[in-house]
Amino acid sequence: MKRAILFSLPLLALSAPGWAEQHDHATAAQVEPADPAATTTAAQQEVMDHSAMEHGEMEHGKMDMPVDQEPMAHSQMDHGSVPMPRQEAPMDASKMDHASMVDQSPIPAGPPPPEAFSAPAFAADEFVGADKMAASRASVVREVSGVPVYWFQADRAEYRAREGKDGYLWDVQGYYGGDIDKFWFKSEGEGNFGEKPESAEVQALWSHAIAPRWDIQAGVRQDLTGPERTHAVIGVQGLAPYLFELDAAAFVSNKGDITARIEGELDQRITQRLILQPRAELSLSAQDIPELGIGAGLDRAELGLRLRYEFVREFAPYIGVEQEWKVGKSADYARAAGEDPSVTNYVVGIRLWF
Amino acid sequence: MTSIDRRKFLTAGTASLGALGFVGAMPAWARGTLDGTLARRGSDVLSGDYQTMTVADAMFTTGTRRGPGVTVNGTIPGPLLRLKEGQNLVVDLVNDSSMGTSIHWHGLLVPFLMDGVPGVTMAAVEPGERFRYEFPIRQAGTYWWHAHTLQEPMGHYGPIIIDPAGEEAHSYDRDYVVMLSDWSPMHPHTIMKKLKVADAPFNFQKTTATDNYPLSGAERRMWARMRMMPTDISDVSAPLFTYLLNGHGPEDGLEFAFRPGERVRLRFINGAAMSFFNVRIPGLAMTVIAADGQDVRPVEVDEFQIGNAETYDVIVEPGAGDAFTIVAEAMDRSGMGLAMLTSRPGLRAQVPPLRDPPLLTMADMGMSQGGAGSMTGMDHGEASAGGAMDMGSMSMRDTSLLPPNVKVGPGIDMVAMNPVDRMGDPGTGLKDVGHRVLTYKQLVAARMNPDMRQPTRLKEIHLTGNMERYMWSFDGKKFSAVTDDPIRFAFNERVRVKLVNDTMMAHPIHLHGHFFELVNGAPGMHQPRKHTVIVQPGGSAQFDLTANEPGDWAFHCHLIYHMHTGMFQVVTVRPLDGGEG
Repeated sequence: MKRAILFSLPLLALSAPGWAEQHDHATAAQVEPADPAATTTAAQQEVMDHSAMEHGEMEHGKMDMPVDQEPMAHSQMDHGSVPMPRQEAPMDASKMDHASMVDQSPIPAGPPPPEAFSAPAFAADEFVGADKMAASRASVVREVSGVPVYWFQADRAEYRAREGKDGYLWDVQGYYGGDIDKFWFKSEGEGNFGEKPESAEVQALWSHAIAPRWDIQAGVRQDLTGPERTHAVIGVQGLAPYLFELDAAAFVSNKGDITARIEGELDQRITQRLILQPRAELSLSAQDIPELGIGAGLDRAELGLRLRYEFVREFAPYIGVEQEWKVGKSADYARAAGEDPSVTNYVVGIRLWF
Repeated sequence: MTSIDRRKFLTAGTASLGALGFVGAMPAWARGTLDGTLARRGSDVLSGDYQTMTVADAMFTTGTRRGPGVTVNGTIPGPLLRLKEGQNLVVDLVNDSSMGTSIHWHGLLVPFLMDGVPGVTMAAVEPGERFRYEFPIRQAGTYWWHAHTLQEPMGHYGPIIIDPAGEEAHSYDRDYVVMLSDWSPMHPHTIMKKLKVADAPFNFQKTTATDNYPLSGAERRMWARMRMMPTDISDVSAPLFTYLLNGHGPEDGLEFAFRPGERVRLRFINGAAMSFFNVRIPGLAMTVIAADGQDVRPVEVDEFQIGNAETYDVIVEPGAGDAFTIVAEAMDRSGMGLAMLTSRPGLRAQVPPLRDPPLLTMADMGMSQGGAGSMTGMDHGEASAGGAMDMGSMSMRDTSLLPPNVKVGPGIDMVAMNPVDRMGDPGTGLKDVGHRVLTYKQLVAARMNPDMRQPTRLKEIHLTGNMERYMWSFDGKKFSAVTDDPIRFAFNERVRVKLVNDTMMAHPIHLHGHFFELVNGAPGMHQPRKHTVIVQPGGSAQFDLTANEPGDWAFHCHLIYHMHTGMFQVVTVRPLDGGEG
């Protein structure tokens, strides 16, 4: 049963971009476009009026015409080439909408005339040298369409004061790539000072933009502590409405275990540099994994609150508090191992990127 | 923030005044300059038929800031070219710098091979190389030149004044260039990378729990739900930029002299890489007489917004006043460039404080108020963000509104729902300033236009982007996707081009090698001719173009980091020989 639910998690996560991007279109009717027929008619009516005038000698600035009508009247003026069906519909100035009159100009959209496609493809080639221009063009295309970018961020790098032994945690990520496809890496780990790390992992992911603010990510995760495991990873990362940063991923280990993780953060600016960041993380498992102390279902929950000060955007120390709960069977495993399933951490750390 | 931090910036600026005077007097070697000579501020004047322009690396200092710059003939800005309509010009560009370079003659009608765009009309002039530009001067007015590479934000730009072959249309006693620019101590590559990886890293005017923006909780939640920022006015602003007038920072005390009773022509050129400016001279009306080098019927205003690459010539009459402040306030009001118009050296007028930062409105989201709003063409702006509440449930990205040639994907984060013509808009933040502000609708060409044919074809181009990923494009496609698929015009074709802005930023769109006529309601034969047009956020703008300059021409957003991340295309005009045999 639980397995089934958890299987659907990646799907759920994948659907995030859907609800994120598509608000209901139905209400869009609120903006009323001007009636195109009426406008066109009005325009044509105007054209007719003007075609009877002596254009060359007309002093337009002095014409006694409501200012409102000027743009359309003149821009529609007959210069000889536009066919004008005579129409008798009365002009209703009160319904005229300036902006859409300009929009609904009678000038037809269409492809360029055939001579616009005359050779050469690149005009400078013959004069400057085709090879030289090709090389120059290639470098400009690269420059203008996005040189690959690298980014490294330590979202959390912190000292954790708590009952018993104090500990540490790191949570870093970064990428290298272009606008759509990137190589993405993540690493997380924590432990107590003077002991082996409790957990440590790295992920290597291919990241592909699937929506304006969402990337799909797939790759591998290697655990570096405990019973070492390798996992296949699939997930999404991005910015949800209300500016929640979300990172959801599902993992299938080489032992067949299925787990998932959802993290969310929200930056609340108090001033331009002082930022309060609530954070939540849920870990789930499709099955008991006793050797890792993981129970099926909701395995672990964390809630944190961090207050950081951005001396510069790239460097911000913070203080905060984070509460961790092991839940259900995971809590039983923890108690059996002599650990407290609920831990409060007082944290101090830095957030940085470059 | 807002006021507290901004005051701090100002105070810091003022405090550095004294220090700077001292530091500026010391030679470069005494200040431990190891990496290049120190750039001089301000331009020398070059006139005549033959020039040499030498590009070099330099250090630049302004206020307390110091960093890498690029000079041409030793100065930032580079030399003022003072030319005469009808003359020929030969310029030898010598590259003594460490980067590839070029000069683009912004607004000049030149043969395409002389247009100076690497990858389009020439190859970049590599370090140690030379390149000869040679062309006739076919026009008069105020223009400028700049590198078409990332040297531009570092200082590689300068003004051009071309005196008409015949009479000047206006009389005046003094003629000054006021070249506006923005300079940062950070290298352009670093700026671009930070814009890519972080969310508005240079904006220190974001909404916070303690700001005093006039936004209700519900409005703030609506912006958060859309994942957009009402304060996303400028990508790079005063926390990084110093705003320069003719190379001089606000502390430098740049002066323009006048005698009581004189008429003064000021030629404003926005040579900034990333900044729109709101220009005013408190206490003095400005009569706009030319836009983008082309004479317009005089319009008296108290303020105007100038987008990147635009130029406006104004005439002011200071009368018996002592001194007036020329204020070039950045559009996001994070900082300003300053100079004094003064009747005696050292006289100072009061410097007005920065005004409160503006907020984006519903109109900037591409939502007009329906019929009533667009009817008058005036009150789009009045649809403040407040009015947008009932729009909260609407899609900000209904891609079904886009024509089929627009590529839909992660590169488009917004589609303007009802993109109305916004030429009557004075620009972000200027609707309620309480005095006369120039709009495009007020521009009327002083002379009849050379081509008054009705366009035979409409070409619609969408300005698209994703603020979060910092991707910018035309029709959803970056330059790499359209390298072999340019925007094509037939020689001498008359085309109406409609630009639809599907983003929440204003884009100054520049077409090389041509003038086009804004479809702004002016009579057809007097539509104002321009080389650059601002398309307001969520709105549209149209121009009529006679494609009478054969060749390949760059077409791009003049915000340099928009251009350099994809909002760039090539316009071809064929056949190359004009097809007349």
